[in-house]
Amino acid sequence: MSMILYVPDDAAALSVGAERVAKALMVAAGERGLDLKLVRNGSRGLLWLEPLVEWEGPDGRMAFGPVPPGEASGLLEAIVAGGDHPLALGPTEEIDYLKNQERLTFARVGVIDPLSVRDYEAHGGLAGLKTALTMTGEAICEAVLQSGLRGRGGAGFPAGIKWHTVRKQETAEKYICCNADEGDSGTFADRMLMEGDPFTLLEGMAIAGLATGARRGIVYIRSEYPHAISKMSRAIEALEEAGWLGGNIRGSGKDFRVSIRRGAGAYICGEESSMLNSIEGRRGTVRSKPPIPAIHGLFGKPTVVNNVLTLATVPMILAKGADFYKEFGMGRSRGTQAFQLAGNIRRGGLVEKAFGVTIRELIETFGGGTATGRPFRTAQLGGPLGAYVSDEMLDLPMDYEALAENKAMLGHGGITVFDESVDMAEMARFAFEFCEEESCGKCTPCRIGAVRGRETVEKILRGENVARNIALIEDLCELMTDGSLCAMGGLTPMPVLSAIRLFPEDFDRAPALAAE
Amino acid sequence: MPATAERPEILEVRALCAEYGNQAPMLLEILHDLQDKLGYIPEMCVPALAECVNLSKAEVHGVVSFYYDFRTRPGGRVTVKICQAEACRSMGAEALTEEILSRYGVTLREATAAGVTFEPVYCLGNCALAPAAMVGSELLGRADGPSLDAAILEAGR
Repeated sequence: MSMILYVPDDAAALSVGAERVAKALMVAAGERGLDLKLVRNGSRGLLWLEPLVEWEGPDGRMAFGPVPPGEASGLLEAIVAGGDHPLALGPTEEIDYLKNQERLTFARVGVIDPLSVRDYEAHGGLAGLKTALTMTGEAICEAVLQSGLRGRGGAGFPAGIKWHTVRKQETAEKYICCNADEGDSGTFADRMLMEGDPFTLLEGMAIAGLATGARRGIVYIRSEYPHAISKMSRAIEALEEAGWLGGNIRGSGKDFRVSIRRGAGAYICGEESSMLNSIEGRRGTVRSKPPIPAIHGLFGKPTVVNNVLTLATVPMILAKGADFYKEFGMGRSRGTQAFQLAGNIRRGGLVEKAFGVTIRELIETFGGGTATGRPFRTAQLGGPLGAYVSDEMLDLPMDYEALAENKAMLGHGGITVFDESVDMAEMARFAFEFCEEESCGKCTPCRIGAVRGRETVEKILRGENVARNIALIEDLCELMTDGSLCAMGGLTPMPVLSAIRLFPEDFDRAPALAAE
Repeated sequence: MPATAERPEILEVRALCAEYGNQAPMLLEILHDLQDKLGYIPEMCVPALAECVNLSKAEVHGVVSFYYDFRTRPGGRVTVKICQAEACRSMGAEALTEEILSRYGVTLREATAAGVTFEPVYCLGNCALAPAAMVGSELLGRADGPSLDAAILEAGR
């Protein structure tokens, strides 16, 4: 009987040596004449333990990590002898970080071989699409609406309403566009999902197609994710070959084809209308709304634009029912969210939990505090356009509304932690600089406001007329919030104002001595 | 001197555009492939691109200049992208960038004698293993001076 080991083929795991570990294991097995089968799974999301190797033993999957390539041979030896090794972490599913999660969207990530249709089906995959094939489009949209699923890209708009709108448009041509331009610092859930369970995203897109009458889907993936691009391409081929994508899906008479388009390094293309322009082969500038993409989207046709996780969650909702999903969460934030613990954090990784978990539980219980061991200072929630939070805010629940009431936002669930060494005035400067770099340039508040904002913060950093310049920044931020066409200029004030509000001491600079 | 239309770069443009059905919406894909083949998008290719996909030269130029990925001049042999975004900043990305630039004696986007170019990037999706960098197509987590040096050496081979 062959020995089965799992070594992740996820970009983050590879970035700390997973490929070298895989090769070293094969070499070591060859030397011992062992019949070793390596499964290249996605990452379990316990990123501080990568490369995490799992052994499928008589008592289930046992974890070892982080495994340096030089340890591969010794590890194999130990496993043959019964599994005792200094890097042993016990049964994977029993590791607290994983055990205390509520994995719905990520249930299969790290568990299955991402490109095996058979593995996918054996773990509940395709059940949603099978159900959807027996339903009317209206019923599918209704199920998604009833589940309470809101867009996971950040804005949190109810997915079911968007789908209903597209379904009701009477045109032959419609599109499902998956926004996989995950450009926010502190977020990597889309990438992990695409690399660890690409079929679930494709299944979700096919369901969206059945629901709305669209026969074409496009996944727009950022070029910074070459690994995800290649995984998704192979996943499309595999599902087409198995008859679950393409023409006449499983003899149903329904067609749904998916293709991939690569971004080209522009952050703004994560904004839905810029993304649509980019897919059309144009500059990624934003479009003014109305009309909304659900009515006038890609090539002017009705288009569902959803984030990776929104679409990837749909199959499970169809398979298990809207009520099952709805039971998770709090208030109007239903279901689960893939929180991403990033930056200066000891146990960084992906934590899927029902809405309502507090920021403190995520950073302290799961994350174990800062990586440097120095005191926590702040965390930025929801990407570079999200607010910074102070220590006093850590007991807030992760819920769209509760965070909004406290001038913060959930975004798509990223949490970037900083220790006490962070300079918040410098972070405010950086927020403007980022907006300046990445603004598409179409609207003045964003294009010019970002430049003026950066210059003004630089004056504050030099101690020039601090009070007056802070007032100027606040005024500028109000204008950017009210006058920008999209979230790039509209939300840049979030990190800036939260930094000023919560950490005023960092802005209280003394004027520099006169230059000699 | 051969006519412009016979230059290999132009032939490449025509072949690529044909592969994508001479469709204007495929312009980004065409540009990606062209850059993969030539290392950059030579300005002299713009008229041919425009003609093949039936756009104006200004429109093609507009697209090429909008996206950070597309270069109009040859880059270094090895491109090193160092993430400058928040998560990586929280783990010392700025100091790392400064250190490596001063050691290699170049500024951002300037090639070393050995053809190594350092570029800033905003997020590589490896935020839990910050600071992150990408050397060629190799993603590096918890990057530091020695690991960057090793990856640059490897990529240069």
